[in-house]
Amino acid sequence: MQGKPAISKTQLGIAALLVVYLVVLPWIFAGKPYFLGILTTASVLSVMSAGVWLTFYIGRINIGQGAFALVGGYAGALLMTDAGLSFWLALPLAGLVSAVVGILIGLPILRLRGVYFAMLTLSLTETARLTAQSLGWLTGGAKGVLNIPLPGAIEIFGLTLVPDFREVHTHLAFYFLAAVLLIATFAAMYRLVHSRIGWLFRSLQQNEELASSIGVNIAYLRVIAFAISSFLAGIGGAFFVAMQQSVYPNTFQVQDSIFFMLYCFLGGLGYVLGPIVGAFVLFLSFEMLQGFNQYQPLIYSLIMIGLMLFLPDGLLSLRREWAERRRRAAREAEA
Amino acid sequence: MAILEVQSLTKRFGGLAAVNDVAFSVEPGQIFTIIGPNGAGKSTLFKLIASFLRPTSGEVIFDGERITALAPHVAARKGVVRTFQETTIFKDMSVRDNVVIAHHLRSRASLPGFYFASAAARADEARFRDSAEEILDYLGLGHVKEETARNLPHGYLRALGMAIGLAAEPKVLLLDEPFAGMNQEETQQAVERVYGIRDRGVTVLLVEHDMAAVMQISDRIVVLNFGQKIAEGTPQEIQNDEAVIEAYLGREDEELGI
Repeated sequence: MQGKPAISKTQLGIAALLVVYLVVLPWIFAGKPYFLGILTTASVLSVMSAGVWLTFYIGRINIGQGAFALVGGYAGALLMTDAGLSFWLALPLAGLVSAVVGILIGLPILRLRGVYFAMLTLSLTETARLTAQSLGWLTGGAKGVLNIPLPGAIEIFGLTLVPDFREVHTHLAFYFLAAVLLIATFAAMYRLVHSRIGWLFRSLQQNEELASSIGVNIAYLRVIAFAISSFLAGIGGAFFVAMQQSVYPNTFQVQDSIFFMLYCFLGGLGYVLGPIVGAFVLFLSFEMLQGFNQYQPLIYSLIMIGLMLFLPDGLLSLRREWAERRRRAAREAEA
Repeated sequence: MAILEVQSLTKRFGGLAAVNDVAFSVEPGQIFTIIGPNGAGKSTLFKLIASFLRPTSGEVIFDGERITALAPHVAARKGVVRTFQETTIFKDMSVRDNVVIAHHLRSRASLPGFYFASAAARADEARFRDSAEEILDYLGLGHVKEETARNLPHGYLRALGMAIGLAAEPKVLLLDEPFAGMNQEETQQAVERVYGIRDRGVTVLLVEHDMAAVMQISDRIVVLNFGQKIAEGTPQEIQNDEAVIEAYLGREDEELGI
């Protein structure tokens, strides 16, 4: 028998993907800001979808991520303009503001399940848009918040840790920032899901009554999951606002909320990395279909329906299927 | 001293009193059974005791402490744990994981501790795993530990429900119809399991339909009918009680001369 190799195949695969993501892609697309922008967007969409994925993980269909993205977007925008804070402070604060709003809204609505919870969250995004529009004194109404400064430098003792985004290749800087957010988010999520907290979340997903009968504080855990979800939405919202240097009531719409949910669903709800796969494959294919003009949404929708029909467990379930096919082939080769 | 005292407990749903002024007390180490015809309010009474429902009036005293109207998970932490009528388990986890997670409320580590795998968290994990193994072996589920719970046959599912309840280290375990839908052999095994739970020092409260099993296993029985307690006593006393016979079989109709 052969011993276990020091580095597993999965680890090698992840290392290779990281090299492609952090070195090869930015190097190829450095001169093409449009493509770089698409990849950056897909990265941050993955981060935001990770939150939706976590609410799926406790057994709730969350179609309200756009609302929390909008809250984070406005919080970030106002902190950077009116309060004059640095982007690097405004970004986590925007996440926290979103998380707090998430807790306040989550406390009452997380009692609901199934289609009732889904419908309520669906209406949240529209509520957020209307609120942003009507609170003109704070949000500037339909005109939105403009002229948001680009992220400045981070310096410690004269040592520049992060350069001023205005002085470097701005698109590349945002790409790398998004990449760092994505890696940090999914590392944290992976740990969460594989720790006991992940087990507790799964116990909620499978049977809340039983979970509470064995002493699990289900109300508390539900709100924690929802707060994490809202935090990620807020971070993503503030990121986009900083990248576009503006925010409007319709920066995040109902459609976006639905897409977040679909990214999770099509990536695979059983896999931590599902949202990344879903967001990248769907968002990139949507952009690549632009050449089809008016047929773009039609083709895109057909792809989505096909995925749901043939891969109900998401794109990542393909891996399982391939592994099975390989095993079967090996068995046949032996026989 | 009684470990569990039910004091004039009443629960109304609209105009209907599902449980009406019921009182009894359970001694430590007893197997105490609540029986009654369908719709007598047994399940409602169970939910009231485990704090899954709030009573309209009356109180439940556990170990000298009022536990009425606590959240279910708080009552469980104090030591009153229920199992479920249906085969309520974590279907998509393995049998072992079902029982491991049921140890949650005995964890000493905090949630952040679990996230960062602190020393306390690792100690908890190890303790839970060992204890889960022990409980599964004890209840005769040792050979199906690795199975996904949803694939278990019916009798084992019930046993798993008990194992989950036992993992929460209860002082009082409420078993909701543990013999329902079982054949004689399965029932006998389940009866043995219930004795096993009692022998671990857990007071057992049962709701059950299976009369033969109830008469065999119970130390004491309370009979409910239309939400009211109509009798209480040893199995012997209950079997000979006029009111109980009437509730189950109906009144002898003398005018018809039967």
